[in-house]
Amino acid sequence: MIQVAAAVLLVAGAFFMLVSSVGLLRLPDFYSRSHAVGKSETLGSMLLLGGLALYNGLELNSIKLLFILLFVAIANPTATHAISRAAVRSGLQIWTRRGRGNGRDLAT
Amino acid sequence: MSSLFLGLAIFIAALTVASIYRVVVGPTVFDRAIGAGLIGTNVLLLLVLVGFLYGRIDMFIDLAIAYAMLNFVGTVALAKYLERRGERSL
Repeated sequence: MIQVAAAVLLVAGAFFMLVSSVGLLRLPDFYSRSHAVGKSETLGSMLLLGGLALYNGLELNSIKLLFILLFVAIANPTATHAISRAAVRSGLQIWTRRGRGNGRDLAT
Repeated sequence: MSSLFLGLAIFIAALTVASIYRVVVGPTVFDRAIGAGLIGTNVLLLLVLVGFLYGRIDMFIDLAIAYAMLNFVGTVALAKYLERRGERSL
């Protein structure tokens, strides 16, 4: 029963990693790509690590896996925010369907 | 269950190879930065899965902890450098 739940979590995590990779390759602009990568990648890795911890049972290794999960949950959005803020302060324009930076001003 | 781990490991390795396209092509340096961050997280998950496949869970989880910290520190250091120097410097 626990193995079935762990397998469900693992497959869900792999699905979200697929979503983040597809978003990284197919979206038209840096800001939309950072949305796809920052959010889906964090969720996918959290689900995968949670599934592995559930499969392992109650051991020291599961506590370590939950520590990695907590660290990834805090660190990945912070790193994504740091890169996106560097892009805003560098003046990278938002892509619109009519072209780049079409009178749209970034809030700096 | 170990065949599920093997399938997942191959799947995540394929996604990592696909992300290299964005690192090579990406028109700005910020695209390359988040592509590198995604590759780092994929490698972290691969480390843990390979640890489960080989049976030596303890060693590979310690490696994964260290690599997660290195990935985070590297990405934030690159972001701070780019914020100060602008995109043209790289």
